[in-house]
Amino acid sequence: MRRRYLALKVEIEEPLSERALILAIWNSILQLFGEHGASQTNLYLVEFNPEDGYAILRCSHKAVDMVRAAIATIVKINEKSVAIHVVRVSGTLKSLRKKLVEESR
Amino acid sequence: MIKFVDLHLCPSINSLSQVEKMVKQCSDLGYWSVGISLPLNIKLEKICQLKTICENFRVDLVTRIDFVPKTTTELLRNLRRFRRKFEIISVRCNSKSVARQAAKDRRVDLLAFSTGFPHKRFFDNAEAELVSKAESALEIDMVSLLFLSGFPRMRFLSSLRKEVAIAEKFKVPVVISSGATDVSLLRGPYDYAALAMLFDLPMSLALRGLSENSLSIVERNRKKLSSGYVAPGLFVVRDVKRCLGV
Repeated sequence: MRRRYLALKVEIEEPLSERALILAIWNSILQLFGEHGASQTNLYLVEFNPEDGYAILRCSHKAVDMVRAAIATIVKINEKSVAIHVVRVSGTLKSLRKKLVEESR
Repeated sequence: MIKFVDLHLCPSINSLSQVEKMVKQCSDLGYWSVGISLPLNIKLEKICQLKTICENFRVDLVTRIDFVPKTTTELLRNLRRFRRKFEIISVRCNSKSVARQAAKDRRVDLLAFSTGFPHKRFFDNAEAELVSKAESALEIDMVSLLFLSGFPRMRFLSSLRKEVAIAEKFKVPVVISSGATDVSLLRGPYDYAALAMLFDLPMSLALRGLSENSLSIVERNRKKLSSGYVAPGLFVVRDVKRCLGV
């Protein structure tokens, strides 16, 4: 199965737990696409750094747009305003990390 | 590289720090140009301040005004007064008569409709035909999709799906803009394109709605507002004194 890795930048005033982030993403996918749609995403949170707000998410390559749309609709987590931006999309974790390092230079 | 445009930012103009934050965020998200919704009585100095802020972040500023007229007379009066002062004119149509008048008037650039009330969305076949003749565009503010949830969002998406299909049928350009009032409501162009998929707008058309469609309106209006413009297709290319060698 082909996968895509999405680098996310989470902008929120207070630190966020990994669990709260993935729950918010799952809830948003469920709201927009239902259980059938959610089952097609094969979503997995690879890593999340609460300090700088960067996260890496893995999903099925066919569900990238669904996941992107769901992430864009998240405006609040735990009653706090939040904006989650997809910074990069890549086919492998290695190339995604490489691109992120190149961009940060 | 695609030049992305967000034609509808609604920051509080009195708070320059908020404007600065929003423009910076737009620049970071990859927008090349932003349209800021301005009040009718804005002073030239304020516009200059906004231009400086945008220049600092290498973003092009498009001055824009939003009319919410109650009657067609009010719309026509506003168009007469403000058309040559702003680069983009958007009309939010809350009644059918206003919608029809705005659709056939060539001075209107963007048509927007109410998000909360589906019965106040007047973009049907007749409206689309008028809009396509007047070379205006249908504007979709994505901020409503972020705020609504459950049944209202379902209803809104259904209206948008119908409107996008009609727009495609009559070749009416669709402009996708944020309509954001705050930094946290801004999203990147590819995120908006993914969101547009929810109302069956293909990715290519959505990206066009975020770039080419908006840019062509801005460029067309800038030409019209330039000093050399006389009438459609007629421009002053050289001064008469220079022609005579005076």
